Amino acid sequence: MLSQTTGVVSQPTLTRWLQGTIGAGRGLVDFSVRKPMGAVGGGILLILVLIAIFAPIISPYPPTEVHPKLLFAPPGSELLLGGDFAGRDVMSRLFYGGRISLFVGIVSVGIGISIGSLLGCISAYYGGKFDLIIQRFVDAFIAFPGIILGLALMAALGSSVFNIIIALCVVLAPSAIRTVRSQALAIKESDYVLAARAVGASDMRIIIRHVTPNCMALFIVLATLNLGYAIIVEASLSFLGVGVPPDVPTWGGMLAEGGITDIQNAYWLAVFPGVALALAVFGLNMLGDALRDVLDPRLRGTG
Amino acid sequence: MTGYVVQRVALFIPTLILVSFVVFGIMRFLPGDPALAILSMGGEGSFTEEDLERMRKKLGTDKPYHIQYVLFIKKTATGDFGESFFYPGIKVAEMLKTRFPLSVELAILALTISYVIAVPIGVLSAVKQDSWFDYAARVFSIGGVALPTFWVGILVIFVLAKFFNWLPPLGYAQIYTDPLTNLQQLIFPACALGYFNTAFATRVTRSAMLEVMREDYIRTARSKGLRELLVIARHALKNAFLPVITVAGFQFSRLIGGAVIMEVIFVIPGMGSLLVASVLVRDYPIVQTFVMLIAVVVLVLNLIIDLLYGWINPRIRYG
Repeated sequence: MLSQTTGVVSQPTLTRWLQGTIGAGRGLVDFSVRKPMGAVGGGILLILVLIAIFAPIISPYPPTEVHPKLLFAPPGSELLLGGDFAGRDVMSRLFYGGRISLFVGIVSVGIGISIGSLLGCISAYYGGKFDLIIQRFVDAFIAFPGIILGLALMAALGSSVFNIIIALCVVLAPSAIRTVRSQALAIKESDYVLAARAVGASDMRIIIRHVTPNCMALFIVLATLNLGYAIIVEASLSFLGVGVPPDVPTWGGMLAEGGITDIQNAYWLAVFPGVALALAVFGLNMLGDALRDVLDPRLRGTG
Repeated sequence: MTGYVVQRVALFIPTLILVSFVVFGIMRFLPGDPALAILSMGGEGSFTEEDLERMRKKLGTDKPYHIQYVLFIKKTATGDFGESFFYPGIKVAEMLKTRFPLSVELAILALTISYVIAVPIGVLSAVKQDSWFDYAARVFSIGGVALPTFWVGILVIFVLAKFFNWLPPLGYAQIYTDPLTNLQQLIFPACALGYFNTAFATRVTRSAMLEVMREDYIRTARSKGLRELLVIARHALKNAFLPVITVAGFQFSRLIGGAVIMEVIFVIPGMGSLLVASVLVRDYPIVQTFVMLIAVVVLVLNLIIDLLYGWINPRIRYG
């Protein structure tokens, strides 16, 4: 008996790693069969992330390189997706723009939803006056449409990549607090939390070891769905000229530069950045919906 | 019911006060001195320390925070929103007079269009589940949820400009002086703005209808020989409306956010376009007034939705 157990434990790491990978692969195949649209969404997202990572390698030109002879060059000529008003390559700018959109989105969702989830857990766990105060603040923040709150914050902070991440965190956290709180309220009443309390675990330990991990499924779903929203808000703010500074290429900024005046003659300036945005948001929505159904059926219809 | 109404209204007031704290806080506690920002626009070194002091006095930012806050509340409550920083001498209230109705109209028009389209499509799509109509409706609604509102606006202008030679008008007519022209001008931005809402409401209506159609009372209604149309209209639709109303608050909020960008794209002289312009030049009185007003509108709408919800759904009336 003993030797058997040690045999399992002392398996070479490579085999174990392989088993883990096969297990994950099987899970991935299962997910794709059950939720084909979710898999498509995940695929789109993966491609966009890879493009963003390898942008410096796959871009035909530097994103800010000006080609005076290629002003408004139509797609398919020397520039595959056309040139903008300064003759810059639209495709290269799209690749680099994806970097900013995804980076800003992922970082702000990561921080914003994490803080929101943790506050939601704490608020639900302690309850009482503390919960009441937090929830009234959530009410107040939710009263602002995301873009309006973002605009007001950017007005006060000034435009930079760092500031837009802060603004997005403030926009995203309140609704995460609300959603996670309702889940944590149910967990708080569960038997294992009662058991943990009975053996003398501290509040902090219960929150971190028992309540938070059980909100993980919700966290993943929230993060995926909110990433799409964060990307839209960032693009909207950059489009309005208060997001990322204008010298940095972003999808929203490119749409603004393309301008209402130029699109009659240069449709590619209005179409391609929008397609990139729509693809990212579409992929995230599909993936998020599928993850929600698979990870937590109770959440169906809450998005 | 009375208890529920009292409870909801009682929650409304502290939230309103907190909202004012948030607006005031964003404008005052975050780094950046408005007086310095305004003077800096003239370039470095174009002003002296005395100019800065005078500007602070003029803006009222030299007073302690709590006095500034009381002044802000007093002014907002009495409808005197102060003067614009950037356009000296022009009262914010004066600007609101023509801009507020235009924005409200755009939002209402977009909402009306979206529900008029979404509810029939959602119902039909659920009743004829997995038909070609259902698939078309689902593609339509997936598109609307994924496409960023401002891109839809740009595409609408592009199509109209390219194929119909239509460009956003230079001036928008007011509804009470020239309603026909006004509607003609606002219909395109309203459609573009309403697309997200239409798509979302279609999705919710469809899934709610699908759920309701499986209920026992629908089978009962059918088995007692009621015509299908009556089953849908009288038994199913009424119950399917609950989730539609539940998400309406979230939708209003998002729609108002989208309206700001739509105003910029279609050059509509409403609150949104002025808000964006004011953010760019840091015109605090306008930003603070407009953001506060928008939040109040959203809060009031949510209150109405909650009350409506309690009225429609007897199970919700706690207290």
